[in-house]
Amino acid sequence: MENILLLLNDPIVLSVLLALIPLVFILVYALVVLYGEMKMAAHIQNRLAYMENGWHGTLQPFADMLKLLQKEDIIPDAADKFFFMLAPYLVFVGTYASFAVVPFSSEYVGSNIDLGIFYMVAVSSLVVVGLLMSGWASNNKWSLFGALRSAAQIVSYEIPGVLAILGVVMVLGTMNMQTMTQMQDGGIQNWLIFGGNFPLGQKLALIPFMFVLFVIYLLSSMAEVNRTPFDLPEAESELVQGYNTEYSGMKFAIFYLAEYANLFLVSAVVVIMFFGGWTSPFGSFMSGPVWSAFWFVFKGMAFVFLNIWLRWTLPRLRVDQLMYVSWKVLTPFALFSILAIGFIMVI
Amino acid sequence: MIETSIDIAKTSTGKSLRTEEMVVNMGPQHPSTHGVLRLEVVLDGEIVVDVIPHMGYLHRCFEKHCEHMTSYQQVIPYVDRMDYVAAMTNEHAFVVAAEKLLKIEVPERVHYIRIIMAELQRIASHLIAIGTFGIDMGAFTPFLYYFRDREKILDLFEMTCGARLLYNYMWIGGLSHDLPPQFIDKAKEFVRDFKKTWKEVNDLLNYNEIFIKRTANVGILPKDLAINYACSGPMLRGSGVNWDLRRDDPYTLYDKFEWNVTVGKGEMGTVGDVWDRNIVRQNEMWESLRIIEQALASIPEGDVQKAIPKRIRPVPGDAYGRIEGPRGELGFYIVAEDSVTPYRIKARAPAFVNLSVINEISKGAMLADLVAIVGSIDIVLGEVDR
Amino acid sequence: MDSRVRGNDIRKIMTAFTSYFNDIYRAVSSAMIGMRITIKQMVSPTVTLQYPRVKKQMPDRVRNRLYMNFDDCIGCELCAKACPVDCIDIEVLKAPPTVDLGTTSTGQKKRIYVTKFDIDIAKCCYCGLCVYPCPTECLKMTDVYEFSEYDRHNLIYNFGTMTPNDVETARSKVKQYDEEQAAKKAAAAAQAAAAKAAASANPAPQAPSVPPAQNPESQKSSETPTT
Repeated sequence: MENILLLLNDPIVLSVLLALIPLVFILVYALVVLYGEMKMAAHIQNRLAYMENGWHGTLQPFADMLKLLQKEDIIPDAADKFFFMLAPYLVFVGTYASFAVVPFSSEYVGSNIDLGIFYMVAVSSLVVVGLLMSGWASNNKWSLFGALRSAAQIVSYEIPGVLAILGVVMVLGTMNMQTMTQMQDGGIQNWLIFGGNFPLGQKLALIPFMFVLFVIYLLSSMAEVNRTPFDLPEAESELVQGYNTEYSGMKFAIFYLAEYANLFLVSAVVVIMFFGGWTSPFGSFMSGPVWSAFWFVFKGMAFVFLNIWLRWTLPRLRVDQLMYVSWKVLTPFALFSILAIGFIMVI
Repeated sequence: MIETSIDIAKTSTGKSLRTEEMVVNMGPQHPSTHGVLRLEVVLDGEIVVDVIPHMGYLHRCFEKHCEHMTSYQQVIPYVDRMDYVAAMTNEHAFVVAAEKLLKIEVPERVHYIRIIMAELQRIASHLIAIGTFGIDMGAFTPFLYYFRDREKILDLFEMTCGARLLYNYMWIGGLSHDLPPQFIDKAKEFVRDFKKTWKEVNDLLNYNEIFIKRTANVGILPKDLAINYACSGPMLRGSGVNWDLRRDDPYTLYDKFEWNVTVGKGEMGTVGDVWDRNIVRQNEMWESLRIIEQALASIPEGDVQKAIPKRIRPVPGDAYGRIEGPRGELGFYIVAEDSVTPYRIKARAPAFVNLSVINEISKGAMLADLVAIVGSIDIVLGEVDR
Repeated sequence: MDSRVRGNDIRKIMTAFTSYFNDIYRAVSSAMIGMRITIKQMVSPTVTLQYPRVKKQMPDRVRNRLYMNFDDCIGCELCAKACPVDCIDIEVLKAPPTVDLGTTSTGQKKRIYVTKFDIDIAKCCYCGLCVYPCPTECLKMTDVYEFSEYDRHNLIYNFGTMTPNDVETARSKVKQYDEEQAAKKAAAAAQAAAAKAAASANPAPQAPSVPPAQNPESQKSSETPTT
């Protein structure tokens, strides 16, 4: 007993345990969102899904995970073994490392650094490397196609995304994600989407541009995660699963997990930047360390829900149209908004 | 394996030594080629340079089988299985051809019921065409909505003849069963409910901007090319040619009904692009509903089995009968000798003829567009390979 | 000239500008309309039938597995001829008139032994063409659709109820009758030959110049063989 307490007081062990909290969250969340997405897709399509295991199929995600874990791990003969095996882990690491700076509640943030968002943007680019690796190492023309398309897509959608983040950073004046959230504390009127904690004139002037930046960041984040309408890299009907084609078993499970983790990550960033992170919409009612964790997860899941809704409604964009949207629509709007925000903040 | 064409001095397009071209196989098993069709695609990056379709994976020697049947009525289950998605259409074409050969006059009630069944089948076939086309484009939901309505049509068929997909319903000289008593009410109910779904999916899929951007100005089939390649059906009408066999070469009393023929007008892009063909199919469903309503309101009484011959032994000769199927002009050329067995039955499958134009219209398109083009031709491999 | 070209350029720029914004507006509005439709369907009831627990009600005319009532079969083989895929395999034996095989439930007398009646339900294409020609309506299509087997040979349904013993008995009966008939025929032929021989050994009254009908003696001798 004393040994355990001594162990817990050791700074390294403590930090390792704290770093594992997002991992636990991701694993639990992945099961929930897997079930939720399939059920939601089913009800949109007027059908039931997952009714057999457990009440209305709630135990089905466990069955899915168990199935993936016990599958035979096939590596194609002519594939580049080292890169083939490394790729899924790179993708997962790129996502998981970004969770370090995400504040889950008013008391918990993995690492309260002043470079928060900048670090996150930088680290999540590891995902591109992982995808390219998986496409090339699979030794399969279709995987290569998927990987190349995906690389082009992610790299070109980072620009409007980062510009949107830049706009928010200009308004709030800090890159530290915990500080950003704290600046939006105090009720729904302080959320950045409604103008932020500023005098009324400035607030009203900011609202349209904040809305534009919100939409830009939402779209570019959907493209980063490869969700429809931007899911060309995994376009099932054309490329038979794209860069994922040759993967089976545990590696495929890691890709899947990484995709869902990435989805929550970008939803979390949207929530933190525009919708007040872990702050409660009622001001001080229902706030506190545990309540704020609840609000954060609730708002994050709301945006995951929005993503799922869009996926099952819209068809897919073609590669050149994707590029058109990024370079000719999102980037000009983002640049223009930043110009306008600069004016507003100075005046 | 990534094959570059370094070793090939000239590619199939005749250009010399382009080292960046990749030969890719959209093989027989592929989620979006609608069956076992193999497309050999020569790509330059994302742009298609050449497409060579290889078919025959579903060839079942239907025409040879027919030469060993002991009766013309026995051919009907075989004919069903050619285009398994729209089986009533095949039967209709065959009985039109056979009744032309044998010079049989069927009662008027038989004509009306055949028209109702053919139009219901046309709607069912277009539901699959548009639904699977949506899936190719990435929109997964309209397919499910349309299949919910196709179930209702299949229930109507099952109530009448006992089978859901391969009916053996239209016989030479009549029908195998008369309509059950609850058919007319259920059919009217279906027509009412389907109008709602039609409008919903029209908004969800056809007028969705992303879908328009994917399909407008893609796979343009010019008018003269369509006529030269003998395309028919929505492919021909999508290119602006106002030709519909139900109106221009009437069979089975179609001249008694009033409906519009939809022709592609290039509303969202050029005339003859993929969007036009899709909207022609969508609007054809609406017009079929009109025909069904008119037919249901005025079915005459009669005995549907009166004119079925006991034994079919035709006078030697030949006949070609054709109808307007959901995919195009479906025709049967029957050569009869003095025996109960047909001498030769040749099926003119519209999907086979329409597929031949794919090389011409997909040059210069991207790989994603190729999927859209193949989806818009609306092939069913059972018909292409027979 | 210059101003007209300039005017054209400005018009082009303006149309490009407006079409750019038009595109964006249309994309967003059509996406919103689509989203409204899907969310409305999400809260509508589902249409799924949870199959193994809830089975769909089949209509009366449904064409599923074949059933045959063997007692009513008269061995006419019309069904085998009508089948387009030749999945009905029948072997018959014509029964001698002395054997009474009974009558069918529709009142027809059975005159044929049906020694084998197999339907290979794996080949059957469920077209129903065999049902119509049957004169006694013994072949029917039921509504059973769950009849998968582990072994392909279990899908050959043997409807015939004659055991190999029965078949042997029937064959022997037929053979016996045939032999009897042959014996009778032989006896009759022998008698005819005997009568002919007797007639040819008769005296002259059967001379060719007198037509046989007028001669009472030849009339009598022509009547003898008919016993």
